[in-house]
Amino acid sequence: MKSFTYTIKDSAGIHARPAGFLSKLAKECKSEIIISKDEKSVSASKLMMLMSLGVKCGDSVTVTVSGDDEEEAAKKLYKFFTENL
Amino acid sequence: MFVYYGKGVSGGIALGRVTVFEREHKQIRRDGVEDTTLEKRRFENAKSKAHDQLSKIYEKALREVGETNAEIFNIHMMMLEDDDYNESVIGIIEKQKVNAEYAVSVTGENFAMMFASMDDAYMRARQADVRDISSRLISCMSEENDDKTETENNSIVCAYDLAPSETVLLDKEKVLAFVTSRGSANSHTAILAGSMNIPAIISVGDELMQNVKDKDMMIVDGYSGRVIVNPDKKTLEKYEKKQNEDFVKKERLKRLKGKDNVTKDGRRINIYANIGAVENVGDVLLNDAGGIGLFRSEFLYLGKEDYPTEQQQFEAYKTVLESMAGKKVVIRTLDIGADKQADYFHLEKEENPALGFRGIRVCLEKTDIFKTQLRALYRASAFGNLAIMFPMITNDWEIDEILSMCDEVKRQLDDNGIPYGDNIEIGIMIETPAAAIISDILAPKVDFFSIGTNDLTQYTLACDRQNGQVGRFCDTHHKAILRLIEFATKNAHKNGAWIGICGELAQDTSLTETFIRMGVDELSVTPSNVLKVRQRVREMKIE
Repeated sequence: MKSFTYTIKDSAGIHARPAGFLSKLAKECKSEIIISKDEKSVSASKLMMLMSLGVKCGDSVTVTVSGDDEEEAAKKLYKFFTENL
Repeated sequence: MFVYYGKGVSGGIALGRVTVFEREHKQIRRDGVEDTTLEKRRFENAKSKAHDQLSKIYEKALREVGETNAEIFNIHMMMLEDDDYNESVIGIIEKQKVNAEYAVSVTGENFAMMFASMDDAYMRARQADVRDISSRLISCMSEENDDKTETENNSIVCAYDLAPSETVLLDKEKVLAFVTSRGSANSHTAILAGSMNIPAIISVGDELMQNVKDKDMMIVDGYSGRVIVNPDKKTLEKYEKKQNEDFVKKERLKRLKGKDNVTKDGRRINIYANIGAVENVGDVLLNDAGGIGLFRSEFLYLGKEDYPTEQQQFEAYKTVLESMAGKKVVIRTLDIGADKQADYFHLEKEENPALGFRGIRVCLEKTDIFKTQLRALYRASAFGNLAIMFPMITNDWEIDEILSMCDEVKRQLDDNGIPYGDNIEIGIMIETPAAAIISDILAPKVDFFSIGTNDLTQYTLACDRQNGQVGRFCDTHHKAILRLIEFATKNAHKNGAWIGICGELAQDTSLTETFIRMGVDELSVTPSNVLKVRQRVREMKIE
């Protein structure tokens, strides 16, 4: 299992567009990817649930990756977060 | 004859026959089925059909209303692929052995409710999108589905509300205007309509839709927000005349779109637009204004129960900045007090409100409210070309206090790693004689001035413009006003600042030449007056 915490810098938070790209990326990975904010956790491959987390700018989220390609997947996701959010 | 009033969000006059446009609200029947595999296949087919439709709509929107506004349809396509949504539909079909339409309708409603309960306005608005894709899927399952937007020639489309996709698909060649009972809180529709150049009125009330029928005669006056159903002969004649005049005027002015604001001998001036709500942006673009010279932020505060949150403000500013796509947008901070009041501010009743606690004075005392607005503005600045303007300045130290609060807000944003624009111009309104008279002291502290001629006139001439008895003493062309404007212009230019006029005098074409001679850099007028002022500029010679 790999995990990292990231503080959102995009002023609009995880709104519909990045959520769409994030869920697409998560679907391409073999590992299970969980995004958590406060007590709520959702699977990153589920667009509407991801949007329903209501992640705003300044919020911290924890990304947990577990599965066969977790090493590589965690790197990809970290890159996505730093570049897009 | 019935008359209804709504909010005109796109100007123009239309006379025509009504086409009632109702989303297929036909009750979705719950039918038991034997063959759930067939229903699942029907759902899959509908999905791919919906996907094709959406990508076509996206292309059309991209061409007609630009990438920012078209993006919503990309999101719709992504939503169609959502696992939970799909699993829910399949689950309902399998477990309850029911038809696909019913499964989609229940699922859509459940997800819409989930978004409806969120505290973020942007996310709440997504419920309309979930409903939009669900009804698209359902209509894709029926035999004769093609996007149901055929309209009769020359019709006025009346609806409870229009989804963004429906607005884009309206055939502009056939539709004369549209009228909706409800206002869409999410202003997509209004902005799209404006950029599509169709007169539009929203928030007319449900009564209209209950009473109006296909083929009813209707007059739509997008300027006044008036909707007249089955007008009598006299009214009809009056509006036919009005429409003709409007048409001739518009045609003449339309030719000026895309043209420069330049005099015959090469003097240039910027012509911007004044607006007071997000949904007016369409009008600004439609009339080819070079930017927004005054965006009054009061609409966020007035008529509300409580202070608008930073997020609500941020979203409104961001929408305007994005829609203006890099053109300058001057947003004026809260100008409340005097005739503009909101209960939750608990401002004391004053004997002489025009000379009282108003404008920047409120903001400098209630600094929490002010800083919230500044934060929202700075955050939004990352999305366009923002300038911030402060109202009712009388002292130079007021600017010092404002600037130090701006710095504080910027530091906070830096600490949180939140981006903001690095080229935000700061300006002040010159609307008191004091500000004009010390404009040499104020100018070095700011990037621009904007003259609010309405207040400047009232304070300089000691005349309330609403008071009919002093009408003839209240000469808006009074030399005192013109001298103050000229003086402020000189002082602005001496200090490298630019100067604009955003009050009513800016659109008084009998003064356009005077202002250009003085060297005024910008005139900000109501959107519908932009081309009129441009016309005046282009026919004059200064030397």
